[in-house]
Amino acid sequence: MVSRKNLRWKIDEVKTSLGTFKGLEISVGRLYVEDWEEPMGPTPFPSITDLRDWDRKLLSRYRPFYMPFCDLCCLCTFGKCDLTGNKRGACGIDMATQQSRIVLLAACIGVSAHAGHARHLLEHLKEYYGEDTPLDVAMNTDLEAPNTRLVCGVRPRTIGDLEDVLDYVETQIVHLVSSCHTGQEGDNIDFESKVFHAGMLDHVAMEVADIVQIASLDLPKGDPEAPMTQIGFGTIDKSKPVIMVIGHNVLPSVDIIDYLMERNLFGEVEVGGLCCTAIDMTRYNNKMAKIIGPISWQMRFIRSGIPDLIVVDEQCIRVDVVQQAQKIGAPVIATNEKSCLGLPDRTHADPKEIVEELAEGKVPGVLILDPKKVGEVAVEAVLRIAPKRRGFKTLTREEVQEAAKRCRGCLECVRACPNTLPIQEAVKAASQGDFSKLAALYDLCVGCARCEHACPEGFPIISFMNRAAEEKIADERFNIRVGRGAVQDVEIREVGRSIVLGEIPGILALVGCANYPRGGVEVARLAEEFLKRRYIVVATGCAAMSIAMVKNEEGETLYERYPGIFDAGGLLNIGSCVSNSHISGAAIKIASIFAKRPLRANYEEIADYIYNRVGAVGVAWGAMSQKAASIAAGFWRLGVPVIVGPHGSKYRRMLLGRKEREEDWYVYDARTGRRVYVGPVPEHLFYAAETLEEAMVMVAKLCMRPNDTSKGRAIKLTHYIDLHKRYYGTLPEDLPLYVRRESDIPFTMRSEILKVLKAAGWEEGKIETPDPTLLERLIRRRA
Amino acid sequence: MSARLEPWQRAEIPGPKKALVISKPGVVSAIVRRAKRVLLIVGSKAMEVKTEDGDLIDSAIRLGRTGKVQVAVTGHLIGEFIRRGFKGAYTIPLFNLGDRLRDPEWEGLDGKGPYDLVLLLGFPYYYEWLLLSGLKHFAPHLRTISLGRFYQPHASWSFPNTLPEEWRGYLSKIIEDLEVSG
Repeated sequence: MVSRKNLRWKIDEVKTSLGTFKGLEISVGRLYVEDWEEPMGPTPFPSITDLRDWDRKLLSRYRPFYMPFCDLCCLCTFGKCDLTGNKRGACGIDMATQQSRIVLLAACIGVSAHAGHARHLLEHLKEYYGEDTPLDVAMNTDLEAPNTRLVCGVRPRTIGDLEDVLDYVETQIVHLVSSCHTGQEGDNIDFESKVFHAGMLDHVAMEVADIVQIASLDLPKGDPEAPMTQIGFGTIDKSKPVIMVIGHNVLPSVDIIDYLMERNLFGEVEVGGLCCTAIDMTRYNNKMAKIIGPISWQMRFIRSGIPDLIVVDEQCIRVDVVQQAQKIGAPVIATNEKSCLGLPDRTHADPKEIVEELAEGKVPGVLILDPKKVGEVAVEAVLRIAPKRRGFKTLTREEVQEAAKRCRGCLECVRACPNTLPIQEAVKAASQGDFSKLAALYDLCVGCARCEHACPEGFPIISFMNRAAEEKIADERFNIRVGRGAVQDVEIREVGRSIVLGEIPGILALVGCANYPRGGVEVARLAEEFLKRRYIVVATGCAAMSIAMVKNEEGETLYERYPGIFDAGGLLNIGSCVSNSHISGAAIKIASIFAKRPLRANYEEIADYIYNRVGAVGVAWGAMSQKAASIAAGFWRLGVPVIVGPHGSKYRRMLLGRKEREEDWYVYDARTGRRVYVGPVPEHLFYAAETLEEAMVMVAKLCMRPNDTSKGRAIKLTHYIDLHKRYYGTLPEDLPLYVRRESDIPFTMRSEILKVLKAAGWEEGKIETPDPTLLERLIRRRA
Repeated sequence: MSARLEPWQRAEIPGPKKALVISKPGVVSAIVRRAKRVLLIVGSKAMEVKTEDGDLIDSAIRLGRTGKVQVAVTGHLIGEFIRRGFKGAYTIPLFNLGDRLRDPEWEGLDGKGPYDLVLLLGFPYYYEWLLLSGLKHFAPHLRTISLGRFYQPHASWSFPNTLPEEWRGYLSKIIEDLEVSG
């Protein structure tokens, strides 16, 4: 596709057979030059209702179960309205509808964050590299933008072509937010459909963001052998000036690295990042940039006193970063208009002046909206600030012990802690000189610092933990594979068949934030369990980092032990949050490249294919943000189930199947048109697990699909049964719903399972193995 | 006294309808005795909470053996019940159970009819809070009692935030009452 917006021709005089025209002006809103041969599918640039029927099919199986956070609605001046017990408010809304509205608002915030991020990247990179920069996104790959092609029906060739795509996303977001206004949408299922729409848009927006930066900044292009880089607190050389970058938008970090390179300062300054900015800057330069850790490391790294200067861009940064930075005497540079933090705008000031202001402590920080200037100012400022901060001291053990003696034992810290960690007990022990309990909390703490704000003595509890865990922190050095970007078309061709037939038992996507119930080690355990079982494990964002932060006895991380290929037993660091689009993209590619289903603007059919055939499950064990909500929603619409950790229940709505309701689990056999029972596969679309062990069993179970061959189903059942026996101590009681015929039974468990099936009155063949579809229009021949 | 009626996690403020406070353990045993079908749901923290019987699993097993309650276990704890010799418990994830409990037509884990009373023990505070919220709003046919030691505002009845020793005594008293009347 080649698109040109707002073309204008002005002609002074033209003579035609119709006559002579003077001062003729022709204006064309948008001109397309089409070079994609595939015929246009049914839903190009879908509106907020175009895929409503598909959504309703899913939502009739997976009915929302709402768990309201608040009994009231306070969004208009009629209110507050008490909606307790599904009462209606002044506008007529009931509790279920109100909850779905809140879910939609969260999803809209999420997609807006990614769309805003994508827009910023696109505009900036167009300016620097030109709108004709080709979309060279992944090696051995023709399908460069599967989400974009599927949703919009256009084939982008250059980064400039993505402008129309983003225009579409932005327009749709306006319609979605508009539907949340008082007196608009009045049905919870329609709200849920709009949530799915927001999710679908989110994957398009993320895809735009990531392919623009891959193509322009030359990030790894689907490279299974992307290099290793360092992660962890202990990787930062404290003897050098340290710039800490936080957020998701890599542009300021890129310019910091470029400036260091231009000035031949390589190795003179440490650049360490948190959250997705860190992942992306190591994709840009894995030698100069280091990853400090996931987002929950933010507060603890600031409190360590190590950073000499902090640069924030956007999303998931602590909004009190300026106040926190002041405690350690480090200035902050804000770099994004979405996060100005009250700082003076110095975008147009002379860089030397700004450096002077920062180095002399005249301002707590500055706002600079020009990434190039950020690069220069950050480096020049940190070189002047670091020597002055050399004498900066954090709390000593003696000071912690002395302070801890003032603990009143009020338990406010424990009551404020999201995980009810035994903070008070640990502080009391520290007052006696025992720091082991505080050190143990370091591994479990999510770094929210609510305990500090609750403490009537104002204890800096994060700093206490840092001091107690100082040896552990110094040893925090791990290797992580740099984010590789998309899955190659060639890789999809290699494994598509094994995935669709179920012979590779599943694809596990470990994504999302770091709001873990019991530390990041659980994500690494999840990854290892399924890597050993030869699932394909893909990871992004904070989850990709947490996987790296555990070593085996030989001192190796999982990234050093498993290959980065998209194949059984492969562990792929795909990249940052916006790289999640490559995970949905891989599922789309299986339908398009392997199964050769029409892709162009053909959302419903592709989603139907994925839902019935691709055994993929997302796990966002520490999901926290609204972005995580919209990312999940994009997977739901494609028919990919998502499991969240216990804190994910606070998204306040689950999408749960009822496996015993046989009538819910019928599909069409596309070969005959008959409606056939296929069992509850996958059983849920959005599910919160209370424990890691429960999640592991559920991952194995949710990978089953109606299309599994007997061999594939037997492999999947082997893992489900094995994990269930290991963690629950019993055979699953619902086996009769998943064994379709005797040949599905894992060979080594045959007699044991047959006994169970017989006792349950199981009938062979009741569960069928059709060519499954939920779409009547895909039936090839009527029975 | 009013301070004790606050939610345990400070920010978990509900709305106008809040749990009635259980003033003495006899109230619980009386409600259970009057109920037709009682379900006790035991959560993943049960092994971490000490009781006069040992831990919450031991106490739940004792409750299950009174014959007054059916036991459902969430998370992955069912194996522990079996290891301790109690085979009468069902395993089901908490929100799957909540999804069914809101359905007045659901025939229960044993298929013998809907429950009219649910008791909860051994959950992360916020996790139970959310389930109880879902049931308060969408399962009007159901009454709920939180047997944990912290005030759960979305339950029909809950203990106030209670000291561990005091709470352990209450729990034992409830079990004893039901054993006697069983």
